[in-house]
Amino acid sequence: MKLLTHNMLTSKNMKTVTTGYPLIIQARDVKVMEVEFRAEFISRMIPKIDWECLCRAAEDLGHLNDLPKSVPDNYENDEDFLKKAHHVMLEVEVINGDLICPESSRKFPVTDGIPNMLLNEDEI
Amino acid sequence: MARMKLKELECHLQEVDEFEDPKILLEQYPTRPHIAACMIHTMASSFDDIEGRSILDLGCGCGVLSIGCVMLGAGSVLGLDIDTDALDTCQQNLEAFDIDNVDLVQSSVLAADNLLREKVEVVVMNPPFGTKHNKGLDMIFLEQGIKLATRAVYSLHKTSTREHVLKKGESWGTKPQVLAELRYDLPATYKHHKKSSVDIQVDFIRFAIS
Repeated sequence: MKLLTHNMLTSKNMKTVTTGYPLIIQARDVKVMEVEFRAEFISRMIPKIDWECLCRAAEDLGHLNDLPKSVPDNYENDEDFLKKAHHVMLEVEVINGDLICPESSRKFPVTDGIPNMLLNEDEI
Repeated sequence: MARMKLKELECHLQEVDEFEDPKILLEQYPTRPHIAACMIHTMASSFDDIEGRSILDLGCGCGVLSIGCVMLGAGSVLGLDIDTDALDTCQQNLEAFDIDNVDLVQSSVLAADNLLREKVEVVVMNPPFGTKHNKGLDMIFLEQGIKLATRAVYSLHKTSTREHVLKKGESWGTKPQVLAELRYDLPATYKHHKKSSVDIQVDFIRFAIS
């Protein structure tokens, strides 16, 4: 599970949950891989990203490094920034662990890189 | 990035492993390589809906559409499916093809619009056609897809249901366009299929959101 995906996931389908975001990551195995950098794509994704959530997740995984705490003005033309964003969004993956709903504390297991967001009948 | 030809794409997609043990209740059929290649190639060359785009493969199964998207330069692909076994096969396929920008998530399609905080640009799907025990399931997939896309939804539906599908697509605020009529040759996947393969006429449709 890439942090780009984690940035989008909510537990809002649970009937007791209002927002269900952000999900807290408890990772056991983390992998770093190389993914082709596409400046234009990253630049278009930036407005959709909850930057605070991304930083928090990166920090929890020990991969915050020198990622800026906020998105700089003129980020579209800041290749250095886009490369750092790309690395955290696409190159750091949670392989095994849990995602925890901040309201209900319900755990969603991540196995072999795939988060299981399926709910039981009594939770919907 | 070199533009891959349709035939070349189809050749590559023939290597994608299919469901080991398809489940009838989920109506699991693999998307045939020639159909997948036609879909992805059209999305890329006619509509600029693949290269550098954020894409959701709704009901990704073994991942043949997701892999096709990546081969033609998608920015990122999210594959969503309810079935653990399908996702396992999909994961194996991604590893075999050395693909690094497809992420997978296990969820029901019905839950997808609440699951994801933001829309993607393009949704692609080969939905269950809504036979057997799942009548109208393809329309549920379509409705969810429309909720999750900012540019377009691409889907396959039985030609015999075309009028109904187009009308529904319009009522959900899209501009539907039938791009092609395709012959979907389904090999005898399930034990109860008597013939060795069955031909179904399907429409490949683009639902324009914006």
